[in-house]
Amino acid sequence: MGQHLMKGNEAVIYGALLGGATHYFGYPITPASEIAHAAADLFPRCGKHFLQAECEVSSISMLYGAAAAGARVITGSSGPGLSLMAEGLSYLSGSELPSVVVDVQRAGPGLGYIWPEQADYNFIVHGAGHGSHSGVVLAPNSAQEMCDFAYKAFELAERYRCTVFILSDAYIGQIMEPVELPRQIKANPHKDWALYGDADSRHNLLSSIYLKLEELEGHNLHLQEKYRLMETEIVDFEEILTDDVEYLFVAYGISSRICHSAVAELRKKGIKAGMLRPKTLFPFPSVRLQQLAGHVKKIVVAELSNGQMVRDVQLAVQGAVPVDLYNWMGGRIPSTDEIVQRLKKDIATG
Amino acid sequence: MHTIKHQKARSLYPTFERKAPGADVSHYCPGCGHGTVHNLIAEAIDDLGIQDRTIFCSPVGCSVFGYYYFDTGNIQCAHGRAPAVASAIRRTHEEAIVISYQGDGDLAGIGMSQIVHAANRGENITVFFINNAIYGMTGGQMAPTTILGQKTVTTPDGRHAENEGFPIGMVEIINSLQAPVFIERVSLAGAKKVMKARMAIRKALRNQVEKKGFSFVEILSPCPVNWKMTAVEARRWLENNLEPVFPVGNLRDLPKGPFDKVDKKKDSRMSDRKILEILGVNEEEVHAGTVQLQEEQNVKIAGFGGQGVLSTGILLANCAIAEGLKTTWLPSYGAEMRGGTANASINISHETIGSPIVSYPNVLMVMNLPSLDAFEDKVRPGGAIYVNSSLATRKVRRADVTAYHIPASDMANDLGTIQSASVILLTVYALVSGAITIETLKKVIPLSIKRKNLVDLNMQAIEAGVTWHRDNCPKP
Repeated sequence: MGQHLMKGNEAVIYGALLGGATHYFGYPITPASEIAHAAADLFPRCGKHFLQAECEVSSISMLYGAAAAGARVITGSSGPGLSLMAEGLSYLSGSELPSVVVDVQRAGPGLGYIWPEQADYNFIVHGAGHGSHSGVVLAPNSAQEMCDFAYKAFELAERYRCTVFILSDAYIGQIMEPVELPRQIKANPHKDWALYGDADSRHNLLSSIYLKLEELEGHNLHLQEKYRLMETEIVDFEEILTDDVEYLFVAYGISSRICHSAVAELRKKGIKAGMLRPKTLFPFPSVRLQQLAGHVKKIVVAELSNGQMVRDVQLAVQGAVPVDLYNWMGGRIPSTDEIVQRLKKDIATG
Repeated sequence: MHTIKHQKARSLYPTFERKAPGADVSHYCPGCGHGTVHNLIAEAIDDLGIQDRTIFCSPVGCSVFGYYYFDTGNIQCAHGRAPAVASAIRRTHEEAIVISYQGDGDLAGIGMSQIVHAANRGENITVFFINNAIYGMTGGQMAPTTILGQKTVTTPDGRHAENEGFPIGMVEIINSLQAPVFIERVSLAGAKKVMKARMAIRKALRNQVEKKGFSFVEILSPCPVNWKMTAVEARRWLENNLEPVFPVGNLRDLPKGPFDKVDKKKDSRMSDRKILEILGVNEEEVHAGTVQLQEEQNVKIAGFGGQGVLSTGILLANCAIAEGLKTTWLPSYGAEMRGGTANASINISHETIGSPIVSYPNVLMVMNLPSLDAFEDKVRPGGAIYVNSSLATRKVRRADVTAYHIPASDMANDLGTIQSASVILLTVYALVSGAITIETLKKVIPLSIKRKNLVDLNMQAIEAGVTWHRDNCPKP
């Protein structure tokens, strides 16, 4: 099997094309620009469409148009771009249009800088834009998963008629790793609700406006029902050494890679550390966390933000076990050793 | 109430079921121009025989409910974004007829960026811009096209240029762009002018059928309710007050588009086999050998930008893959990047690699003095430092690491390319550590470097490294 050394940001485009992507619309932004570069190179060469939009407001609106027309459409951006996309993301949810949006998180707020952070969690996971809405949020922690998650993202998006986010970070975007590419191209199916510019689809209407209270209420209830269904159908996570775990790390993205190393170091020192790594942040692996909370001494949430995912962990475990937050902001990244020493100290001081 | 004469056009629904069951009266106010324009568009769609192919993009504004009326494909767009939505639909279905129907707040205010860029790309779409110089749906606020002195609920004393600026002429703005093929402003003030509007609307749609490109029709339209006038007064006000500010007439009507919209290179029916080939999915892997590592390699390569630090790291990672090992490569990033130096972190292991970040390397390759100064102290005891002694002129100070001082830049200079200095360091590292073999290095280089002469120079750099190692590193 061929392994291709590539950046996470490139892998996501390979995964998307193999997953049946037909259109890419986007606006460049560091540290996500390699996504647009790879798309600009590969989409046209593969007979697909690439367009650099004038801004993220337009690129997300182009996703709206292409998705409505039955395309498999994807964009990539980073925090400031995602802020601009909030409008379109809400409309996509409202009109139930499937699309894929990659967020390579950088440090904020405002312009911040291009260093890694995981501070878009609240924004993306809890509904980017106005209204009660959300989408599937996948959290890759390797170049391989950037590819794999993009590969399956369109099917998920179409199954639930929602946005699928790939919530990455500057490191997972910039890292180069061997990637094994899927060997089959997924087909873009015909959608009976989409607009094809033909007689069969002429009576289709894609809209998010509901003038009657009962209808808008019903639409909202329908959306929430979809999100509940996701919780029973597609929660995904990885567990590392959780059989006898006493100190459980919960982390995603680059943080989970560092915690993975920390777990190995701590085990060498006889400390029973382990990790639960959510691969889906929405839906969140709350049920499994609840189970694990019953037999661990402490949960440590490690994230590059002011503490955002930690709220979902606390909500899941309902105070059954202490939940600590190890967090870093502004682009600072902990070394493995820093995490190891901190946990050792925390254990010693009770 | 104004009733749309729907029986005339097949492209309008006979009754407006999406509004209310059995409804045959539109939601537009008495005397409003939208109904007239709807009829003109629907008749043109009928006559061109494009009803099934038409996708009507509704804006936010009074015409938000375009889908009540048009028996075509329908999509409702976010405020001002219809041209972006329409552009994407156009790029999805070659044969669809895509209409963006927008008001003055939508197009000239919040959506200025979207309309200008769609026009500038020369999208083969048709835009109908209803300019009534006021916001209707939200209750009579100022529009970008509100004329000076015009009273609205947000300019109660009339629009003043010094505070709100001047009314914007959209056809004039669109006319400053190269790509559009048809630009005209028409008015609904009277039957003769409506006939002109009818002609412009038909032409703008026919252009799209003929794939000519971007067509733009601005329609000056009465809004008696928000202007606080009767329908008759409104038409007179339109003629006497709006038309002098927004002169009607054709600004552009080209016989053909500015470019061929069909991309000849694009093959939308490309076979899966061909795509898999382009993506290199079935490419055979270079598998040179199976190395047994003494220990996990946590490598940092550092130097000036342009010294090939990042690409040498990629070369090392590719060699590790060829040796059947796991690897990660991470460029210098954020806080690590100081003093204009670049560095790459490479891990090589038999096991799954956790953190890709190399904070404390056991292998350091430095191409210049600042890099040696920056990273010497970070190397783990027992590690190795490979120094480009041509530029890093001091010796390694630490006694608990093994140091190799290699005049790599001088050696590379002798070969004719300064850029292969880092490959010389890599070669010595390969021989000392055994993490990758020289054989693998030679197999991988031609795959990662495209230019033949550079491949040859790097092959010579490897030989130079091998020679230096033979002469300077006594066999244990």
